[in-house]
Amino acid sequence: MKEPKTLFDKIWDSHVVRRIEQGPDVLYIDLHLVHEVTSPQAFAGLAERGLKVFRPCKTVATADHNVPTVNQEQPMTDPLSRKQVDQLTRNTREHGIRFFGPGHPFQGVVHVMGPELGLTQPGMTVVCGDSHTSTHGAFGTVAFGIGTTEVETVLATQCLLQNRPEKMRINLEGKPGIGVTAKDIALYLLSVLSASGATQHFIEYAGETVLTLTMEERMTLCNMSIEMGARGGLIAPDEVTFEYLKGREFSPSEEDWNDRLTGWKKLFTDPGAKFNREYRFDISALDPMITYGTNPGMGIKLTGRIPTPDTVPGNHLNGFKHALQYMGFEPGQPVLGRKIDYVFVGSCTNGRISDLRAFASLVKGRKKAPGVTAWIVPGSQQVEKQARKEGIDRILKEAGFELRQPGCSACLAMNDDKVPPGKYCLSTSNRNFRGRQGPGSRTLLASPLTAAASAVTGVITDPRELM
Amino acid sequence: MPIEKFTRLVSSAVPLPAENVDTDQILPARFLKAVTREGFGEYLFRDLRFDSAGNPLPDFPLNRPEYAGRILVAGRNFGSGSSREHAAWALVDYGFRAVISSFFADIFRNNALNNGLLPVQVSEQYLNVIFLAIDRDPKVRITIDLEKQKVMLGEDIYWFEINPFRKQCLLNGWDDVDYLLGLQNEIRKYEENSNT
Repeated sequence: MKEPKTLFDKIWDSHVVRRIEQGPDVLYIDLHLVHEVTSPQAFAGLAERGLKVFRPCKTVATADHNVPTVNQEQPMTDPLSRKQVDQLTRNTREHGIRFFGPGHPFQGVVHVMGPELGLTQPGMTVVCGDSHTSTHGAFGTVAFGIGTTEVETVLATQCLLQNRPEKMRINLEGKPGIGVTAKDIALYLLSVLSASGATQHFIEYAGETVLTLTMEERMTLCNMSIEMGARGGLIAPDEVTFEYLKGREFSPSEEDWNDRLTGWKKLFTDPGAKFNREYRFDISALDPMITYGTNPGMGIKLTGRIPTPDTVPGNHLNGFKHALQYMGFEPGQPVLGRKIDYVFVGSCTNGRISDLRAFASLVKGRKKAPGVTAWIVPGSQQVEKQARKEGIDRILKEAGFELRQPGCSACLAMNDDKVPPGKYCLSTSNRNFRGRQGPGSRTLLASPLTAAASAVTGVITDPRELM
Repeated sequence: MPIEKFTRLVSSAVPLPAENVDTDQILPARFLKAVTREGFGEYLFRDLRFDSAGNPLPDFPLNRPEYAGRILVAGRNFGSGSSREHAAWALVDYGFRAVISSFFADIFRNNALNNGLLPVQVSEQYLNVIFLAIDRDPKVRITIDLEKQKVMLGEDIYWFEINPFRKQCLLNGWDDVDYLLGLQNEIRKYEENSNT
């Protein structure tokens, strides 16, 4: 009898070109996504070696990290950002790589763009010079972030030298309550397992809860895997996945569909397959979550209180104290009712149409609180188009919000969308690191629902009160 | 392109005991707007090292006159977060050749190795031994011997683990692209067999 295998191992093993004894595997890459910030040095390295891109058809590029979220039709005003986008335009043209640049109907945050175009398909290996490549694992792929030298390696050889990570399974059971989203599940897992709890592991999310999640919710969950330190996170593809993929721009054609589907249906973890670590969580009693500190593992129930030092393990005490000092918080304080200055809805975590719908559903018929600056940033041109088609832009406008143009925006503040020093931003993005949203900025991570409730009240608010 | 070889390093060290120093702290995103690999050292730990007006913050270890050297000794979970290789480039450009910590984030570890910056993982306990030694004598010499996989602090020896393949790459200055270019026929054969 064949040894039972995990989904991860099935995909990994089918992509090993060569095993190096006592070394990494030579892993073949099916899809390489590229953006303007982590690729220029890789293309330059290729040129120095006198090489061309080995398989240009397997690389797709977009511009997202540094693009402005207003007046995208006009030339970029920041010369350094413009240079990076120009360079990517030239590099992709020279090497015959598909490029969805500014203004292109497919442009968008790279991890929103890939899945919505059907580029990301079950069983693939997917890499990108961006840590949130874990997002694509929602489709049953082995997807992980890489550095620029590795970007160059993939461009040159379509392969990477990678050590096989350990495997972790997180089983989720129970039906999340009203107002509890995939983002809350991710923040909860982080609060339990910590920001380094899954390092050197690849996570498989399984269990009855996962089966009920939409593709966009699965993407949010897999997206945050890297925040636990994991190499990536994946979910076995099922009818929800197949239904999502049908008819998308780069999905298999109708004549290939049944063949591909047969292969995809074999992508699951065999009963009895071994994981290095396994967890089980019942999330039926979960509350909406929020972070209070300076790493995504520092999360609490929205209705809870900031921990007190006696509950923090001794070796983490220093970091805890510094985090509270940076955030301007006191131990034991509740977070509900605290004033916020900024709200950011967007990013590869929560910048999809369902996130905009969730936000719009709560702000509809209400008004943005005075004193709150809000950036509502669609994850892609397609998301923006859909939002306008559904009238979400009008709902936002009536409530005093503006739908901006797609990009990574205030998630990492490379463009003008920066939170000023000392200001609080309730953000649907993925990282609350010091200065992440601008030097001195203070970030609280939460769901689009919590962002909406807080945006109309001006203070941190439980979305269930407005539902 | 060959990476700079790493064999043996003898140096004093700079202590950075904070945990979870993420790549946004190592190199803030606003300095990622470059198209070359050079010059990032200037921005290393920018917002921890300088105030908003650009004045050095006297308490930050890199600004303290007693600390210098080519080894950074950092708290647990160093290099978490973003995949930006610019963080590794900044450390190298500043002059570091090795980082000692009790725990490294995965992508950072790969990026470091790809740039000839040796990540040396030691136990939490030994990390504290090193911090205490630097505290007692900021000029204390630390020896890192990659061939023998040991860290020496005076008479004290700590043996560290490293993937044997990565070790050979560093000792010889080999890089992944050169290795993989040598496998092109195998890669083509894989493509034919898997119909990609």
